Amino acid sequence: MAKFIIRRVFLAIVTVWVIITVTFFLMKAIPGDPFRKEGKMPAVVYENLLAKYGLDKPVTEQYGIYLKNILRGDLGASMKSRVETVNDMVSRGAPVSFQIGIQAFIIAILFGPALGAIAALFQNRLPDYISMILAIIGISVPSFILATLLIQYVAKGSEFFPIGGWGTFAHSVLPAVALSVMPLAATARLMRSSMLEVLGQDYIKTAKSKGISQFAVIMGHAVRNAILPIVSQMGTTISNLLVGSFVVEKIFGVPGIGRFFVDSVINRDYTLIMGITIFYAVVLISMLLIVDILYILIDPRIKLTGEAA
Amino acid sequence: MKKSTMKWLTLVLAMIMLLAACGGGGDDATEAATDAGQTEGDATATETDDNEADAPDDAADAPAGEGRYLRSNNPSEPGSLDPALAQGTHESWILQHSFEGLMTYDKDGNIVPGMAADEPVISDDGLTYTFTVRDDVKWSNGDPVTAHDFEFAWKRVADPDLAADYAYQVFYIEGMEELFTGEDVNGDGTVATVDDVGVKALDDHTLEVKLVNPTGFFTELTAFYTYFPVNKAVVEANPEWANNADTYVSNGPFTLESWEHNAKILLKKNPEYYDAAQITIEGIDLDVIDDDNTAYQKYDGGEYDMLVSIPPVVIGEMVDNQNPELVLGPQAGTYYYNLNAEVSPFNNPKVRRAFAMALDRETITQKISKGGEIPAEGIVPFGFMDENGEEYRNKMENSIAFDAAGAKALLEEGLAEEGVTVDVFNDMALLYNTSETHRLIAQAVQEMWRTNLGINIGLENVDFQVKLDREKAGDYQISRAGWIGDYADPMTMLDLWHSESSFNDANYNNPEYDALIDSIKASPDQAFRFEKMREAENMLNEDMPVVPVYFYTLPYLVKPNVEGVYKTLLNFPTVTYATITD
Repeated sequence: MAKFIIRRVFLAIVTVWVIITVTFFLMKAIPGDPFRKEGKMPAVVYENLLAKYGLDKPVTEQYGIYLKNILRGDLGASMKSRVETVNDMVSRGAPVSFQIGIQAFIIAILFGPALGAIAALFQNRLPDYISMILAIIGISVPSFILATLLIQYVAKGSEFFPIGGWGTFAHSVLPAVALSVMPLAATARLMRSSMLEVLGQDYIKTAKSKGISQFAVIMGHAVRNAILPIVSQMGTTISNLLVGSFVVEKIFGVPGIGRFFVDSVINRDYTLIMGITIFYAVVLISMLLIVDILYILIDPRIKLTGEAA
Repeated sequence: MKKSTMKWLTLVLAMIMLLAACGGGGDDATEAATDAGQTEGDATATETDDNEADAPDDAADAPAGEGRYLRSNNPSEPGSLDPALAQGTHESWILQHSFEGLMTYDKDGNIVPGMAADEPVISDDGLTYTFTVRDDVKWSNGDPVTAHDFEFAWKRVADPDLAADYAYQVFYIEGMEELFTGEDVNGDGTVATVDDVGVKALDDHTLEVKLVNPTGFFTELTAFYTYFPVNKAVVEANPEWANNADTYVSNGPFTLESWEHNAKILLKKNPEYYDAAQITIEGIDLDVIDDDNTAYQKYDGGEYDMLVSIPPVVIGEMVDNQNPELVLGPQAGTYYYNLNAEVSPFNNPKVRRAFAMALDRETITQKISKGGEIPAEGIVPFGFMDENGEEYRNKMENSIAFDAAGAKALLEEGLAEEGVTVDVFNDMALLYNTSETHRLIAQAVQEMWRTNLGINIGLENVDFQVKLDREKAGDYQISRAGWIGDYADPMTMLDLWHSESSFNDANYNNPEYDALIDSIKASPDQAFRFEKMREAENMLNEDMPVVPVYFYTLPYLVKPNVEGVYKTLLNFPTVTYATITD
């Protein structure tokens, strides 16, 4: 196990380096820059700005400087904000997005598999149809529509739910709900098909014929096996939830990092683009590693490469 | 059973670790909000109840003042609240309430003395301005505001290390451009140093300014945020003074109480402001929500007292219903299309004028953009006063009135002169940046040109930065642009088309026009200046380097129980003297 982890960590570092490099050069290749504006920008002012942020140097030199700073943990100064560095912005926004992401994940993981399991157990009967219709709606309705509907019909008349903003637990509920719907629905569908497959297996029949109660069969055997596909895609799901949704955060006015993914590119805020990309890459790779470990723990049949069974 | 218990335990443990890591962060965010003095939750609870004074729960003092905080939304997170570094309205709205320059605007939009005791004394040649700073003006930390603060602040703007976007705004002052570029701009063999530049505090209350040219609008310019003073002692001691509410020192009616990035900005009344007695609100409470639909929902739900960022659809509805809460505030700006003069046949003025005359601007503003905009009648919008204090625009003709037949005839003449037919436009495109409004207007304009001129051009939607890049590179035929003036003089629009202007993307190059503009800049005589500016605009109307579409307005919403909010031409609405009756 230890060897496995060390190998994975090493691979992770290499992966992040490749991501940094590709993103950096791609980013420099698109037209535009952080300082152009619609209006007067005399050449001397513009060039001064470029020089201040080191953008007048050759691209490869900029890349080298950037890598050196990264190794010191310095993600650089934002090219749009004179007040916060990229480190500031990420460390301020990440906990906010994390909180909403975790809450959304809890909602999805509490209700998704349950919905899917019910659908599977009552296959082709009413509970199945209802669950699956709800799931389809959840997957199809874009999150910004859901967010706007929640504001209009839940937050607006309510004393508990604020219309957007951030600061108390109440502020985090509706964004988390809006964010949870898609993974909840996707998980439900996945659980349903996985459960159906598992329920058709021989060992389920064996267990039932041994006289084990229906409940014990479902919980002890069916769910445990059916949940495996969900666990394996949990890494990607939770990473996407943790880094915040641009749309949900924008609509609810939540100061997370979701906005940075889009705003930084629109503004050509190079350091922020890089900082956010690195952050997301690290989160994603870590989550995938954790999930792989969990997977091994859950299912003893899974062998690691190079490990004796 | 043991093995599976272990596995479930591990799963649960992993979840707990994750939760702990993130839950801690969440608590920090909540704590930061509470420390700031007012959480959103508290605000909502008291506001939906809609009763007594909503003073925030400041730990130190809960002022039970007669007023309360005026609540609204700042549409975008400021990049900086340092006047020297501000770039746009998402910063200037706050700055116009927290700082004050030598001159300022009164509620009728007139330029009046602010920090200055009186109008400046101007030398006959128009090159030397002497300002006297009032005796009784103080910074929010009690320090007196002196002429030294102005000298320091203006020189700071020209500091190349500060890299201010608006550094060029101080280049009107002798030596500033040389200070910024480190080059001998005026060709006298020396480069000005920070001691040579033309701004000097002769004593604590006297500021002497020497200009490069007799800039007729220099007095107005001192009301622009780049010319706001900063507290010299504070800034010298702490270059990061503007990053934190604790170290922020300002001289205006309000000062920065707290700044939670991307969340909330609180301004509180500055007791040291000379006119503090006239201010009834306790402060200004601004969210930073950039989705204008959500901001509007909050306004509609009673959580805001006024709103500047309104969804276009809502504006359209309110204009139709004549909703009294909507104010179509004046704005000094023009929305136009660049016609690239380096692309044939746009080098021909008849062709360009034909394009301008073929647009039915009434229909565009009333049916398409629907934001209460004013159909353009030329390049310089309404709101600028001439040498007699009268509306400049009223004395100018509308040379781009809609005339389909005339436009077609003119186009044919122009094309004949160039030896081409309408087919030359078939591969051309109108470039615009991503926005629903720009798209709708572009489609309408494309159709109008097709119907009225018989030409077929395409539409091209690109990302904003890409558009700017292509405009600078001249890689376009027609592109959408807009410009909002910096100061209340038509020159703010007219000098855009000087051949050396950095925003002359249409590549208009007319030596006669350049000479006119240069002569206006060299004269202190307002009568002369305005006569020449009219001549200049007439020249632009003849040559039509760009096709004006409409003059901007700034729609904003004010609740019926709020009075005293006014909008001057160049700023966002001023709420300093607002009174709220709950």
